[in-house]
Amino acid sequence: MNTSPARNTKVMNRFDLTSRLVAKLKNEEAVVGGIGNTNFDLWATGQRAQNFYMLGSMGLAFPIALGVALAQPKRRVIALEGDGSLLMQLGCLSTIATLKPKNLAMVVMDNGVYQITGSQPTPAAASADLIGIALASGLTNSSWAADEEDFERLIEQSLVSDGPMLIGVRIDDKPGTGNTRRDPVQIRERFMQGLGVR
Amino acid sequence: MAAETARSWHEIVQQTLKRNEITLVPYVPDRVLTPLIKNLHADPYFNVFSTAREEEAVGIVAGAWMGGMRGAVLMQTSGFATLANVLASLVVPSQIPLVMFVSERGTLGEFNIGQSLVCRTMRPVLDSLAMEHHTCTRLDEFEFITDRSIKQAIATQAPVALILSPLLTGGSKKLDK
Repeated sequence: MNTSPARNTKVMNRFDLTSRLVAKLKNEEAVVGGIGNTNFDLWATGQRAQNFYMLGSMGLAFPIALGVALAQPKRRVIALEGDGSLLMQLGCLSTIATLKPKNLAMVVMDNGVYQITGSQPTPAAASADLIGIALASGLTNSSWAADEEDFERLIEQSLVSDGPMLIGVRIDDKPGTGNTRRDPVQIRERFMQGLGVR
Repeated sequence: MAAETARSWHEIVQQTLKRNEITLVPYVPDRVLTPLIKNLHADPYFNVFSTAREEEAVGIVAGAWMGGMRGAVLMQTSGFATLANVLASLVVPSQIPLVMFVSERGTLGEFNIGQSLVCRTMRPVLDSLAMEHHTCTRLDEFEFITDRSIKQAIATQAPVALILSPLLTGGSKKLDK
């Protein structure tokens, strides 16, 4: 039984949304994919040199992206995180709201389950609203994408906004489509080359 | 020895961070770190701010390093105890030169058993990951250890923990009463 609160947001697909996001990137924007499915689907959209794939450290996609955004204020940085991951690190929303980086956009992919471990429900699935939490944390530019078209509109907005932006998307329970090569040094080094640091 | 105005441990940290172009300093506070945190906030060279958790600060500094900015994280012993996962799954395997300053609590007269037991987990975790760490006890050695450790971390792309002993910092003033 679905006990989630009623929402008027469409249930979309992670890989489809990630593909739509990547298609909008024209200026070597950095993208940080969180643990598991978010980075598997990012990998599957093509291995841009400006992509970082997180292999562990669940919950740190937003903090890592914040670090990149602080280091490179002229580059747009986009973080992709799962709902279960974000629940591990809700405090980072307050940090980001306080620092107000102008070049950071965040996407939380919410399917209400830990898909990768067997689709167990998250503790928030039946009760909490992650965008509501983000708003209450001070991230005033946070909203649910109603559908794919709305998601693309919000992404376009995030690429020119003058403050941090968080986009929530409800997604289905499909697994990730890619298989990220698990070589942390190669991932880190390639990302640094992609950012012009090496 | 040439006459030199004695610098405090926290002035040495501040100057050594600058010398090594470390500008980003996220932290979760500790009473002992208060003068350092206060002075870093007052110094426009640094981007210093608190985070909700220590691993969040580690993630921020890791991201900043990949973006070409150097950082260091300040915390106390109990904060370090929350870091095993991020160290083992991000920092060490990715070869990120994370610099950590850990105010050592839970030893040399600690009154809180929770602090003292947490303290005993710190070095085994560092050793289990073969991470470089130094316990800083003497003011006359402190600049050498700090400066060289930061340079080695960056040159070898490996993290380092600088443990600030009560012998260096004076520890918690609460114990003097």
